[in-house]
Amino acid sequence: MGFSARHLLGIEHLSKAEIESVLDLADRYVAFNRQSTKHSDTLAGLTQINMFFEDSTRTQSSFELAGKRLGADVMNMGLRTSSLRKGETLIDTALTLNAMNPDLLVVRHPSSGAADLLAAKVECAVLNAGDGRHEHPTQALLDALTIRRAKGRLHRLTIAICGDIAHSRVARSNIFLLSKFDNRIRLVGPRTLMPTGIDRFGAEIHDNMASGLRGCDVVMMLRLQRERMDGAFIPSEREYFHRWGLGSREFAMARPDAIVMHPGPMNRGVEIDGEIADDISRSVIRDQVEMGVAVRMAAMTLLMLSRRGRPPDEDLPASLPTGIRSGDPHR
Amino acid sequence: MMILENATLIDPESERAFSGSVTIKDGVIATIHEASDAGGQETDAGARVVDCDGHCLAPGIVDIGVKVCEPGERHKESFRTAGEAAVAGGITTMVVRPDTVPAIDTPEILEFVHRRAVQDSPARVLPMAALTRGRSGREMTEIGFLLDAGAAAFSDADNVVQDNRVFSRCLTYAAGCGALVIGHAQDPTLSAGAAATSGAFASRLGLPAVSPLAERIQLERDLALAEMTGVRFHVDQLTTAAALPALHRARDAGFDVTCGTSIHHLTLNEIDIEGYRTFFKVKPPLRGESDRMAVVEALADGQIDIISSMHTPQDEESKRLPFEEAASGAIGLETLLPAALRLVHDGSLSLPRLWRHLSLHPARRLGLDSGRLTSGAPADLVLFDPAKPFVLDRFSLRSKSKNTPFDGHRLQGRVLMTFVGGETVYVGDG
Repeated sequence: MGFSARHLLGIEHLSKAEIESVLDLADRYVAFNRQSTKHSDTLAGLTQINMFFEDSTRTQSSFELAGKRLGADVMNMGLRTSSLRKGETLIDTALTLNAMNPDLLVVRHPSSGAADLLAAKVECAVLNAGDGRHEHPTQALLDALTIRRAKGRLHRLTIAICGDIAHSRVARSNIFLLSKFDNRIRLVGPRTLMPTGIDRFGAEIHDNMASGLRGCDVVMMLRLQRERMDGAFIPSEREYFHRWGLGSREFAMARPDAIVMHPGPMNRGVEIDGEIADDISRSVIRDQVEMGVAVRMAAMTLLMLSRRGRPPDEDLPASLPTGIRSGDPHR
Repeated sequence: MMILENATLIDPESERAFSGSVTIKDGVIATIHEASDAGGQETDAGARVVDCDGHCLAPGIVDIGVKVCEPGERHKESFRTAGEAAVAGGITTMVVRPDTVPAIDTPEILEFVHRRAVQDSPARVLPMAALTRGRSGREMTEIGFLLDAGAAAFSDADNVVQDNRVFSRCLTYAAGCGALVIGHAQDPTLSAGAAATSGAFASRLGLPAVSPLAERIQLERDLALAEMTGVRFHVDQLTTAAALPALHRARDAGFDVTCGTSIHHLTLNEIDIEGYRTFFKVKPPLRGESDRMAVVEALADGQIDIISSMHTPQDEESKRLPFEEAASGAIGLETLLPAALRLVHDGSLSLPRLWRHLSLHPARRLGLDSGRLTSGAPADLVLFDPAKPFVLDRFSLRSKSKNTPFDGHRLQGRVLMTFVGGETVYVGDG
């Protein structure tokens, strides 16, 4: 099945079935991407424009690669430095691009709600690649895929999301997604980086890593978003690392088979010890990057279904068993 | 001479509604005739007689805190458009804000505003002046000269004077001149950059938010300094439950303090911004439902004195932006009355009681003799049908800017006629 909405703006309003259909298709794209020939014509003839109002090399290249592997014509626009400086508004820029008849706009913007605003004004599909501190749906989907492949399931897990929750769209999208699948979610971090009223999202709040990580299946570290901070939220990075960083002592509180995740880019020595990040028996951080391309291919394929009317299956390898790769994410 | 007969008269002073008629002579109310009274009504062969058909006749609304964008931003609103919107909304006196470009902070600018207003506005206009030069919170304005030039009150609008020494001197000087100072109860450091009220809802939308306690913090400071200086002090808008006890204490102690609130905080709440709807972005941000209910209750039990439209025109360009970047403010001149009538229709307030907050209290606080339905008072009157239902189309509004949060809302209450100084300044289309 595809998406019920024309756009992918957030996780909050997706159903479980919609999420599962993205993950199932993405599983097949993972295998596809590991072949030596990784090109399909699923989106051939369609135009995808990546509008990045914030710099993000990794997300932008992931979307670019995803589009190109599906055969779309991909255009990248680094907008942080161009027209907005000349006084053009977000909507003007979007309407200008809209006039060029694209099929998909992938949007990254520093303000919450920017993707919703664009979606209301343009005729093509809008895919939110992160808006302010609101949502980053493909990140949550790729995290879910990573967890499902590593743990063999996406339900009844205890998941700790640690660090800068307040400034994190990744945290919000993950909380929305994981809570739809009956998981225990813990939020761990200094109270200055905890959004007000977040306890009403059905998550437990923990003030320290020891209690937050105890018995966890998944430890999700967040990047300290220094660029979003306008004042003192923490006394110093060394104190932050000492109290809320992930070192081996803290990680030992989690279950022995627990995995470590990080949306990247990492601040080593600020939120995560380099040794843990690089421990391939525990860290799935690089798998997340791989899943990112597959999930974006799946999300774009499903978003474009209504435009193409063509099933995505034709170029894909025969269906693979999904979600049973427990313990071996590194085949 | 004019006779408005067969009306339901709304008298905020006695808090009564009764049938009767009003006679207007030389711009003032000559007599009030109650239908149940024995004896005939005074008549005059040359008098114009208006049959009010049983509709409500009340003193015109006195709206404190209207932003007319002259000088500086006439493309957003002018005295003509604001005045026309005002009388179409039953407002006969606009007390206009000094947060223009430049600020109304010298007698010369105040005189300019006065001249423009008299020329163009069918409603009366009373300008406020800035408390500090350029509303920058450093040096006080020429409060004495400005009073002589007709300043109705002094306020830096939403720029809060942060320096307590500067603020206390301004208040002390103003107290000596007998001036009314209007404060904005919002801690500016806590609210910097905020687009919503903090809580689960704002966190879900990922919007930068300010705690509702930022209002109480600033109010406590302002009231302490009002106590210290003995100034006549008015709070422009109180919008949270947590701030109410401080107000209550100050009034119990007998300080000369009054308090207003905005129509938007009385009738809307934070949930309305769902979908990042920038027409609902106001200052202070819309509150949770429990705060809204507390403010309605405080109004009903008399702790809050005045309802204002807080009319703030913004053009489409400044609202067609992501929520955080969009300008704050909503227009309200034409929607103040129908929105306020929601409080009557839902049983929170009686109509005469509502009218205390719309006309009697603001007029009294400014030392005006309007706002009352009594002989000798200026014949500033509004005739309206409180039940008439309609769906608001924002493009039908007379303001130059169309940023109303009530677009597409079902509202009740239409103005039929408005009189200023006995002159008919507005006739509705029914």
